[in-house]
Amino acid sequence: MGTKKHLTLKESPPNFEHSMKRLEEIVEKLESGSVSLDNAMELYEEGVKISKQCLEKLTQAELKLKKLSKDVNGNLELFKENEE
Amino acid sequence: MFRYIASAIMITQKTFTVSELTRRIKGVLETSFTNVSVEGEISNFKRHSSGHLYFTLKDEGAQISAVMWRGRASNLFFTPQDGMKVVASGKITVYEPQGKYQIDVVQLQPRGIGELQLAFERLKQKLADEGLFDTDHKKALPEYPERIGIVTSPTGAAIQDILNILSRRFPAVEVLLYPVKVQGEGAAKEIAEAIKDFNKLGNIDVMIIGRGGGSLEDLWAFNEEVVVRAIYDSKIPIVSAIGHEIDFTIADFVADLRAPTPSAAAELVVRHQSEIIEYLRNFCYNTEQDIRNIITSQKDRISSLVQSYSFNRPIDLLRQYSQEVDELNRQLHQSAMHSFTFNRQELNSLQKRISSVNPASVLERGYTIVYKGSEVADRAKKLHSEDSIEIKFHDGKLPAKVE
Repeated sequence: MGTKKHLTLKESPPNFEHSMKRLEEIVEKLESGSVSLDNAMELYEEGVKISKQCLEKLTQAELKLKKLSKDVNGNLELFKENEE
Repeated sequence: MFRYIASAIMITQKTFTVSELTRRIKGVLETSFTNVSVEGEISNFKRHSSGHLYFTLKDEGAQISAVMWRGRASNLFFTPQDGMKVVASGKITVYEPQGKYQIDVVQLQPRGIGELQLAFERLKQKLADEGLFDTDHKKALPEYPERIGIVTSPTGAAIQDILNILSRRFPAVEVLLYPVKVQGEGAAKEIAEAIKDFNKLGNIDVMIIGRGGGSLEDLWAFNEEVVVRAIYDSKIPIVSAIGHEIDFTIADFVADLRAPTPSAAAELVVRHQSEIIEYLRNFCYNTEQDIRNIITSQKDRISSLVQSYSFNRPIDLLRQYSQEVDELNRQLHQSAMHSFTFNRQELNSLQKRISSVNPASVLERGYTIVYKGSEVADRAKKLHSEDSIEIKFHDGKLPAKVE
């Protein structure tokens, strides 16, 4: 599941792991001081955007629990805990 | 003649056909041993593709063939192994076409916990030798999983512990529960299926397989080859959380990570979200500082460049050239002056020389010029007596006569 750097609003939110890794990358680059001022501003903006997205995701306060079962044909079905 | 007598004597005993005799034997054996328990060591064990099990039970003195039909075999919580000492119960049957007798096993048990332990060691060694426990094969767990698959009993304590810990630490995940039997007949098969099905589903980031504590027999399903191989083949990283801290099943050795308990597994699989929230909130603060640092270092860079030798070189050169120009000017001036002085000196001496040869100055020194008519008499020979001459002094002429 790869993610592109610039997402349009219509696309699904990027993979959390990829976002966190990209954020760590940005922090490293900025800390090293080896980027030009232009790049630094770009990276900073991207980082702010990503960290906001990640924070939003973390506000989900409840676990999503789903149960799997197999029907007679051996096909897997998924349903939420409370649907049982 | 004798032949007829001999036959007549033998005819007092009934002569059976092979089939008749065998049927008789079958009758005797099968009624005498309708339910018998026998203890022996398994050898030549084979599981047929049909699902029927064929093996031999032996001891030092004898051996007996055994068969366990598929239906009965599926009740086993363990897979029989060669070398295992077992207690088999069932009935004796005779297979007429081959003239063989065998025990038709209804129940099979390891001969005591020691047997299970030995079987565990044997299987563990065999799979270790195959390389199933190699650390190179183990996969790293994802740092931020979003979907977690759990293979466990839906009613046990394990799932509750896991869900509690996950809720507290990182509720922003999706948990998929695949309910299975975790002990007894058919458990191993279900567990292996669950692992394979999660792999088919594909978008699971990490899997936990676990159960609560129990005896070696209770945990046995996690020692079965089918489960161990399913864990090995899984593309999704698997954390094993079986029993208590001291329990080790073969699944624990082959898993990508072993947790001592189901709760510990939940802790290993997700970070506490407060760590992450803090990191994210600090991002803005920290990177602002980083950017300030970048600006400062750029400023320093500029300033040191401006002060550097190379940067100032053009000005230096300019000054240097200025100085050279001045110097050249001076030299030029000096040379000019020098020339001028020199020429003047020359002029002076020339003038003196000219003066010295200027007839007027000669006259001034007292010399005279004698003219005879219009000619200059520059020697006495040119004059005769009675000649009229003119003597030019510097201050005038005087006529005279030569005596």
